[in-house]
Amino acid sequence: MIGRALLRPAQHHRAPGALAGLRALGAVLLLLAGVLVAAPATAISIGQPLEFETEAQREQYYTLVRELRCTVCQTETIYESPAPLAADMRRRVYQMTIEGYSKNEVIEFMTHRYGDFVRYRPPLQFNTALLWVSPFLLLVVGGVAWLQVVRRRQQMAAHSDLTESERRALERFRRGD
Amino acid sequence: MSKRIVIPLALALGVLGLLYVGLQMEDGGLPSPLVGKPAPPFELESLHDPEERLTEADFIGQVAIVNVWASWCDSCRLEHQHWRALAQRGTPIYSFNYRDRREQALRYLEVFGDPFEKIAFDPQADAGLEWGVYATPETYVLDAEGIIRYKHIGPVDARVIQEKILPLIEELEAGQS
Repeated sequence: MIGRALLRPAQHHRAPGALAGLRALGAVLLLLAGVLVAAPATAISIGQPLEFETEAQREQYYTLVRELRCTVCQTETIYESPAPLAADMRRRVYQMTIEGYSKNEVIEFMTHRYGDFVRYRPPLQFNTALLWVSPFLLLVVGGVAWLQVVRRRQQMAAHSDLTESERRALERFRRGD
Repeated sequence: MSKRIVIPLALALGVLGLLYVGLQMEDGGLPSPLVGKPAPPFELESLHDPEERLTEADFIGQVAIVNVWASWCDSCRLEHQHWRALAQRGTPIYSFNYRDRREQALRYLEVFGDPFEKIAFDPQADAGLEWGVYATPETYVLDAEGIIRYKHIGPVDARVIQEKILPLIEELEAGQS
């Protein structure tokens, strides 16, 4: 699980004195990370056949690439986008998948770098609440308006008590004389 | 005025108001979740010397700018003058040369000048993904501890330099001493 170094940005603060030691440690970690990154060396093109150890990995890869947004061509997922960035993201998703990362870990990796925006299905949280609730909100608004209209019509129907002369006048209009 | 007119009018004005505010909001609102986080780890060759390895530790130590550029990127040329000016001021400017060919990148620097202290060569966008790069040019401001304090997507202009980057650098440098 050396690859976990990749998952989170380095958290340590550096004091000037400790810099050399941390630098050495960082270099070792990076070297290991570099070895992992080296696996499929080039970006993955669209529809390129890929090998997986298990069927579950294949499924995870193809689910993930359809759920991640290509951040430079924002209406496309990385599954369908021809942008170079999407190809790199596919490569990273593939690597992490065959290294045994779970679906959530891959999504977390991407959101750490590109924000929630990278998810085609945004999570339900405070700043996306309106996005999720608005269809239901509109339904409620529409429902209330509809009820109002219906009620008003019923009232109008109920209040149609005309006097005798008015009714006769109405009859005349209807006949058209 | 009756309720029948006032309510829809108020609603319509409300929606128009929201749209208006949306239009006024600063563009380029792509989220940058890395602001406030430490500079992500990487290890790459130096552009000038393939033997020299650069890591994020090479970019950390002072208040600094990290720019992402490429020789094929037209808007990088537009902002290049600002890096020359800032370098003269004494602020270290590091950079990633992104998805480029080494000889073309070196030629670009020959023609337009080289204001960069250190340049990491990132032809496969490995560090680019770690740093959440969308497309060139992008610019980060690091504090002396290597925390990303600001990110600008797209070319910087005189206004961004004067209103955002310079004040931030001055503030960070003042806090340092």
